[in-house]
Amino acid sequence: MITEGGKRMSDVTVKKVKSNSHIVPVAKSNTKMLKFKRFLPLFIMMTPGLVYLLINNYLPMFGLIIAFKDINYAKGIFASDWIGLKNFEYLFSTRDAFVITRNTILYNGGFILINTVLAIGVAIMLNEIKNKFAKSFYQSVILLPFLISMVIVSYLGFAFLSEDVGYLNNTILPFLGLDGVSWYNEAEYWPYILTFISTWKGVGFLCVIYLAAIIGIDQEYYEAATLDGANKWQQIIHITIPTIMPVIIMMTLLAIGRIFYSDFGLFFQVPMNSGALYDTTNVIDTYVYRGLMQLGDIGMSAAAGLYQSIVGFVLVLLSNYIVRKKSKDNALF
Amino acid sequence: MYKSDRVIQWVSHIFLFVLSIGSIIPFIILLSSSLTGEEAILKDGYSFFPKEFSFTAYEYLLNNSGSIIRAYGITIFVTVFGTFVSLVMTSLLAYGLSRRDLPYRNALAFFVFFTLLFNGGLVPTYLVYTQILDLKNTIWALIVPGLLMNGFNVLLMRTFFITSIPEPVIESARMDGAGEFRTFFSIVLPLSLPIMATIGLLQTIHYWNDWFNGLIYVTDPSLFSIQNILNRMLSDIQFLASSDLGTNASQAASQIPSTGVRMAIAVIGVLPILIAYPFFQKYLVKGIAIGSVKG
Repeated sequence: MITEGGKRMSDVTVKKVKSNSHIVPVAKSNTKMLKFKRFLPLFIMMTPGLVYLLINNYLPMFGLIIAFKDINYAKGIFASDWIGLKNFEYLFSTRDAFVITRNTILYNGGFILINTVLAIGVAIMLNEIKNKFAKSFYQSVILLPFLISMVIVSYLGFAFLSEDVGYLNNTILPFLGLDGVSWYNEAEYWPYILTFISTWKGVGFLCVIYLAAIIGIDQEYYEAATLDGANKWQQIIHITIPTIMPVIIMMTLLAIGRIFYSDFGLFFQVPMNSGALYDTTNVIDTYVYRGLMQLGDIGMSAAAGLYQSIVGFVLVLLSNYIVRKKSKDNALF
Repeated sequence: MYKSDRVIQWVSHIFLFVLSIGSIIPFIILLSSSLTGEEAILKDGYSFFPKEFSFTAYEYLLNNSGSIIRAYGITIFVTVFGTFVSLVMTSLLAYGLSRRDLPYRNALAFFVFFTLLFNGGLVPTYLVYTQILDLKNTIWALIVPGLLMNGFNVLLMRTFFITSIPEPVIESARMDGAGEFRTFFSIVLPLSLPIMATIGLLQTIHYWNDWFNGLIYVTDPSLFSIQNILNRMLSDIQFLASSDLGTNASQAASQIPSTGVRMAIAVIGVLPILIAYPFFQKYLVKGIAIGSVKG
């Protein structure tokens, strides 16, 4: 879920199954041998997956030590010189460290707040719609943006924001009597643009989760409330929202646990990597990418990456600790 | 029925209708732009309805379809092969972990679970795949890094095996002399089609939409997927916008497909998913919900 590939699954809650494994009985050596033989096929089956995790996830974890090295490809990664905390000193002596941390936290914090409120609202409304066809139509269409890649989203964005041919500058702004804006050069608008796009793309997904929680509510509560003369609004306030509150809290805490990780595509593709916008679009993920791929500054990039990994890890543990205190069943571990 | 209840119905309908329109509009502009003549776009910009209807963008693509078809082939191969291998690896690992009698079961489950909590991030991952495994500019770079399997899916599938496949079924297969592989493929697998379909669908979408691996591991245009071609065109536009418009720039400009063609390629990239969407929508919703509801 924190891995590169898993990133896309990141908003989903992870559930741990209670392990019911029994204590392995003390075995004598010949039974040990038998047991080994018996389970060998299972271990063979599991090997590809375990090896993949070792390469894709564990090797890079050990690779984090490069943040303390002066990487020199000629010498090789392992033989490069140790330089202690120099990379971190550089990183935190620039304004960049502050800007990317601020942007990452403010954006993701904003996304969590706005997307959660909107998704709950939409889920409740969807649940109220009586017409079956309309209901499934709305849901399908609202989920549509979830399906497309950020590259396509950046094309859609370009169609609206392009300075010369964009829909905003050519149609909407003239209609309102306003002058065109050079969107890809003006950093001040991007907090709104990116938040809007994040909501546009993400609400459908989050809404499905809350709708599933709402559908799971026992209908007897509503029937009893109707008998007592409660109207729909009262039912929403006094039954629906309190009942799904544990799901809301859990989803939110999990998202807060991941607040240090951004949607790289959103911050990299949609602003089209425009340098003029870095002040309001640069987040830790894009900073690490640019350091590595565009500036060739691996040391700084690795230092920022380690900073993200460690703070991210602490936040995940912390949020889980809080979930655990609230409700043990909902905790990751 | 209370009057306020009727108000809620209406408000919900209006709000959701507006939201639905908002979700669709960008796609309509995309489609419309791809069907508008070049001059009309340059004069009036992108619009809802083609002011000057034209198929030139698609004709251009048809005439220069070599790289597009190739990219399509790569996307399809990566998606099909990646999803297949992913399902095999995920289910085999999950099945082992689901067996209560497996030695070191907890340690192995933790090995999987820990990958969800902590990760090395981009820089070390990049170095592992380029310096140690040498995947740069190979088709494997589009399939293996990050996407092939993730701990989350493994744990999801393990939960399914534990809760949906009764232990006695596996036990009796063993009594009848079936080996582990046989038990898995002829008994467990047929019972797990729902979870396979769900995870397979999510994996398919991830592979189809992935541009990240292509961006960092592939520079050879002959290995570009559809998403990478789109990505490259977009960064070329940005390159032009940020550089002085000298002779080099105008030369580069002539190589970039026109505004309409760009949108046409984007349409081609997104169309298969939109066409297939009504058919898999039900499973997708189930798949998203499964991740959040306690298994």
